[in-house]
Amino acid sequence: MTGDLLNSFTVGPDESGRFGDFGGRFVSETLMPLILELEKEYENAKIDSNFWKEMDDLWANYVGRPSPLYFCERLTNHFSGAKIYMKRDELNHTGAHKINNVLGQILLARRMNKKRIIAETGAGQHGVATATVCAKFGLKCVVYMGAHDVERQAPNVFRMKLLGAEVIPVTSGRGTLKDAMNDALRDWVTNVEDTFYCIGTVAGPHPYPEMVRDFQSIIGKETKTQMLEQEGRAPDTLVAAIGGGSNAMGLFYPFLDDLKVSIIGVEAGGKGVNSKMEHCASLTGGRPGVLHGNRTYLLQDDDGQILEGFSISAGLDYPGIGPEHAWLHESGRVNYVSITDKEALTSFQLCCELEGIIPALEPSHALAHVGKIAPKLPSDHIICMNMCGRGDKDIFTVAKALNFDMDFS
Amino acid sequence: MARIDDTFSALRANRKKAFVAYIMAGDPDYNESKELLMGLPEAGVDIIELGLPFTDPMADGPTIQLAGQRALNSGQNLEKTLQMVQDFRSKNNVTPIIIMGYYNPIYSYGVDKFLSKAKLVGVDGLIIVDLPPEEDSELCIPAKNIGLNFIRLATPTTDENRLPAVLKNTSGFVYYVSITGITGVANASSANVSPEISRIKKETDLPVVVGFGIKTPEAALEMAKVADGVVVGSAIVEKIAQGESNKSVLAFVKSLAEGVHDA
Ligand SMILES: Cc1ncc(COP(=O)(O)O)c(C=O)c1O
Repeated sequence: MTGDLLNSFTVGPDESGRFGDFGGRFVSETLMPLILELEKEYENAKIDSNFWKEMDDLWANYVGRPSPLYFCERLTNHFSGAKIYMKRDELNHTGAHKINNVLGQILLARRMNKKRIIAETGAGQHGVATATVCAKFGLKCVVYMGAHDVERQAPNVFRMKLLGAEVIPVTSGRGTLKDAMNDALRDWVTNVEDTFYCIGTVAGPHPYPEMVRDFQSIIGKETKTQMLEQEGRAPDTLVAAIGGGSNAMGLFYPFLDDLKVSIIGVEAGGKGVNSKMEHCASLTGGRPGVLHGNRTYLLQDDDGQILEGFSISAGLDYPGIGPEHAWLHESGRVNYVSITDKEALTSFQLCCELEGIIPALEPSHALAHVGKIAPKLPSDHIICMNMCGRGDKDIFTVAKALNFDMDFS
Repeated sequence: MARIDDTFSALRANRKKAFVAYIMAGDPDYNESKELLMGLPEAGVDIIELGLPFTDPMADGPTIQLAGQRALNSGQNLEKTLQMVQDFRSKNNVTPIIIMGYYNPIYSYGVDKFLSKAKLVGVDGLIIVDLPPEEDSELCIPAKNIGLNFIRLATPTTDENRLPAVLKNTSGFVYYVSITGITGVANASSANVSPEISRIKKETDLPVVVGFGIKTPEAALEMAKVADGVVVGSAIVEKIAQGESNKSVLAFVKSLAEGVHDA
């Protein structure tokens, strides 16, 4: 694999699901036949034009793609440096990029005749997207969500219930995304016959990291075309927030081999990336390990026990990161940085006030980093960030953080 | 030195089935757990599975998840688990000990360092749940090379096509997982398991031991009639969770062992 990769950053994973040393298939024997079956089905679907025709139709008429590429005039003036663009994936049906991937996986589930869909969710956006597409296709939907996240993303819990999904709060661990993923995997090994596990990010055992990346790559492909139309060239810098890393992989992937494009992933810095581990910056503050079916960078202690991490943003609150990011980090192609809760909150407000866009807390991290680099760059430098979700789900969390009283009675 | 093979030979000579007991190392703390471990052979346990605690045990139900948390909270780690085996070996040099757990603590410790130390302190085998045949080069092959048994799980989803790959680098015995699911939740049925064991036995001369979902002496006896051995884990760990004394846990273990040895 290494030989090929000298020429391209887009050929991974290899046949054993590895991106360099990362990725793989670290699952129990019970699940192994299931992920091999899924891999086979995905390989067939990938080259089936009918599959992509159906995807394109749903993307256009159900999700509302292509999402706009928007020039942020006031943010650009505010920082008085680089030109700032946003890829508006928050305008998708259900309010985030998550549905791009869910549609692909549910169409696969239909091909495989699986009638029961399970998913894990952190911010609830993947859960909402899954519940939505299941409602559309008449499939049973069960969503695992950490009990702590159920609390801080309450609007999304209600949304999922309205859409007919069963939401199961997970109390093990600290009750966040990692724990939800454990319980979803436990459900899957128990219900092997009829159940399809719809993973929400570019993590998990092969083929999930590859498959989710491919479905999310629509973001980067559209950005490439739209930027060419609006600016006549590729952007100079891409910026995206990283939980597991799916919106980031989606934006980055089509640009990986264009080495003139500088690429930056933004991890959640929580209270600050220090030895207290009150953050979720797996690449900045973690080291390689094996969890949830793949080898990647993880927050862990000296004994290889997984740490809980901390972030104000439920969608970024995960102690790992997709294996392809781990590899892009080690190969140096992508630069990974972190942004604290406080910085993200400031950018959240700035985006509301200057652009009339209420962003999710996740892309607020990306915007905060844009705010750090834009002033130092020339006015002909083009930055494109992924506005991967809208902030409706976060208003209670933000109100609390800003000591704003939401009781209007 | 092949304690697992020797154990099965001796049992076969006596026309007896193997009783395999699982406990979590360090649950509820090091000293209690070590005392229980020491008492297992006398209670009739033929082979010991010693759980290596991990924060995220994907294949385990609530009982073993909580046992792992109790152990971790009391300060258990990989180093202390190996220490516990060493302590055990200073008193007992016949009963096989298998370390059962997940890969990350071992990967984090360093595979080579772990294997040589495990060998040195008297570990006989490994069951690492999240290492299927596809990842054999990680730990299975190095373990084999150093003379440790790598015991693989075969499951109801392991079909004819996969079975040869599952059996290929397995030694000691084959662990048949009686249900699709996690530990300690559903009940296994010997009627369902029996044809599966015949299926596996056609492909291997290794003993086939059944685990997951066996909770009582009666169930253990029924399962022992159709297999070469029976594993009980969650039912024993549950007694520890309820705060029962080691003496009373060992009495329960003894009743399970008698069930298996009556078959
Ligand atoms: C809006 C939004 N952005 C980002 C994420 C993080 O996921 P990923 O890194 O896979 O894009 C989430 C997850 O819930 C989300 O809802």
